[in-house]
Amino acid sequence: MTALLVSQITVLVLAAFVGFEVISKVPTTLHTPLMSGTNAIHGIVIVGAIIVVGSTNSLLVEVLGTIAVTFGAINVAGGFLVTDRMLNMFKSRPGERRDDG
Amino acid sequence: MDRRQAFDLAYLACAAAFIIGLKRLSSPRTAVRGNQLAAVAMGVVIVVTLVDSGSHNLAWILGGMVIGGAIGAYSARAVKMTAMPQMVALFNGVGGGAAALIAVSEYHDRLGLAVSPAKSVIISTLFSTIVGAISFAGSMVAFGKLQEVLPGRPLTLPGQKLINAVNFVAVLALAVYLVDGHQSETVLVIALALSALLGVTMVMAIGGADMPVVISLLNSFTGLAAAATGFVLNNDALIIAGTLVGASGTLLTQMMGRAMNRSIINVVFGAFGTGGGTAAVAGATGGQVRSAGADDVAVMLAYARRVVIVPGYGLAVAQAQHNVRELADTLEKRGVDVRYAIHPVAGRMPGHMNVLLAEADVPYSQLYEMDAINDEFVRTDVSLVVGANDVVNPAAHKTPGSPIYGMPVLNVDESSAVVVLKRSMNTGFAGIENELFYDEKTTMLFGDAKQSIIELAAAVKAL
Repeated sequence: MTALLVSQITVLVLAAFVGFEVISKVPTTLHTPLMSGTNAIHGIVIVGAIIVVGSTNSLLVEVLGTIAVTFGAINVAGGFLVTDRMLNMFKSRPGERRDDG
Repeated sequence: MDRRQAFDLAYLACAAAFIIGLKRLSSPRTAVRGNQLAAVAMGVVIVVTLVDSGSHNLAWILGGMVIGGAIGAYSARAVKMTAMPQMVALFNGVGGGAAALIAVSEYHDRLGLAVSPAKSVIISTLFSTIVGAISFAGSMVAFGKLQEVLPGRPLTLPGQKLINAVNFVAVLALAVYLVDGHQSETVLVIALALSALLGVTMVMAIGGADMPVVISLLNSFTGLAAAATGFVLNNDALIIAGTLVGASGTLLTQMMGRAMNRSIINVVFGAFGTGGGTAAVAGATGGQVRSAGADDVAVMLAYARRVVIVPGYGLAVAQAQHNVRELADTLEKRGVDVRYAIHPVAGRMPGHMNVLLAEADVPYSQLYEMDAINDEFVRTDVSLVVGANDVVNPAAHKTPGSPIYGMPVLNVDESSAVVVLKRSMNTGFAGIENELFYDEKTTMLFGDAKQSIIELAAAVKAL
């Protein structure tokens, strides 16, 4: 096992604990936006897709990798925007309620 | 500090921003900012990676980004709030698909190299391929079920569990073969195809009511698949962000499961609703259903002291949240105390109904979570159930044989009168009968939820 692998596993384990810790107290109201927000964050696979396409000379990989870039971009753009739309709906508070009656 | 280290430090800063963003996302006051912070960090990560990877094949990359970005942005803006769950499923699926494609592409690129990759890299490649493919295929089926392109009820093949088990063992065997030192692209692609098939058969067998839990589970799968690609490509940003999502997604899945009183194991392996129908139908035999028109119900509501509105998915489908708010306003002007009882899984996902009602400007102070209102039903004159079914089914605490026995429900049957707005006598998403509809204090108001609410509001105004 290489030193690099050990440090990568260290990062993995610590990130897992942070992931558990950081959302341990979430009101039910926020479950859907939170799921959508974490969904956007795994759009980071686009980074992997960019690296793969940016370092290949095979046409097959260019095609597959570009599909992955496209998928990743859908995940990132769609994920963050849809979360933002959801969260913006929580902005109306009793005091600020539009009085149209 | 050389170029490489500068890039790595930028990645680290972004990873920290993801963590802070997630933390802020879990509190109502800071959530919007948290999401924006994470989005900005993602933008920086992408730019850094683009600069890092240089100009080779840049046209391919930018082309993919523009097309994908446009599709994502357009769908996120165009989607109706009610269709949010399937949208999340779709975004999740493409993320999983991307992870699987990356792993297969990278494997292909390394086939020609003289040095065969380390075992840890092969294991990561396999993990990313298998889990990514399951997530992709499973999410697409979940999307189909929620969009009602596919039937919502659990679909199982004869000997389903055996088929899944054999399939799973086959995937494992192929994985072992590759880890053992054999290099074969064909074997990897077969493993990918079998994994996708596994994703399809597993999610097909799960009823529509459990889809939120499934999507949440697949969300954490995609996170883990992304983390695995980080091992393949030696990229810490991927490892950190992927693992964050994998861990928080797992916890979120458990929380959702708890809210629905369903264990994750049960959701994934016990096809909900199969065989449950008979037990529940027996409980409802011989019942008489009483139905009334909008005018009669309007009188009940207008002269009540307290009305509790129980919104369900039917309200969401009918897009009736604005009309419900108008009805509530009219009632309040008459001095009726109006509250909303929100079941944790009202709508299709925990919190989904809160989003919909917030969209219709329903004041936050009128929304009561299940635990806060369940003891209040005894003092409620009329419970108005709008398109909800399973979440008000008393079988959950009365009928031990029922598939939903033990699930926490809203105790509307304790209020003096119950009015149920429903399209027909069809069973709910879980596919089981609801004896509440046959209760003698229950009045059914049949019809489209939106139309019924509009008629009710008009009738109350006319009184």
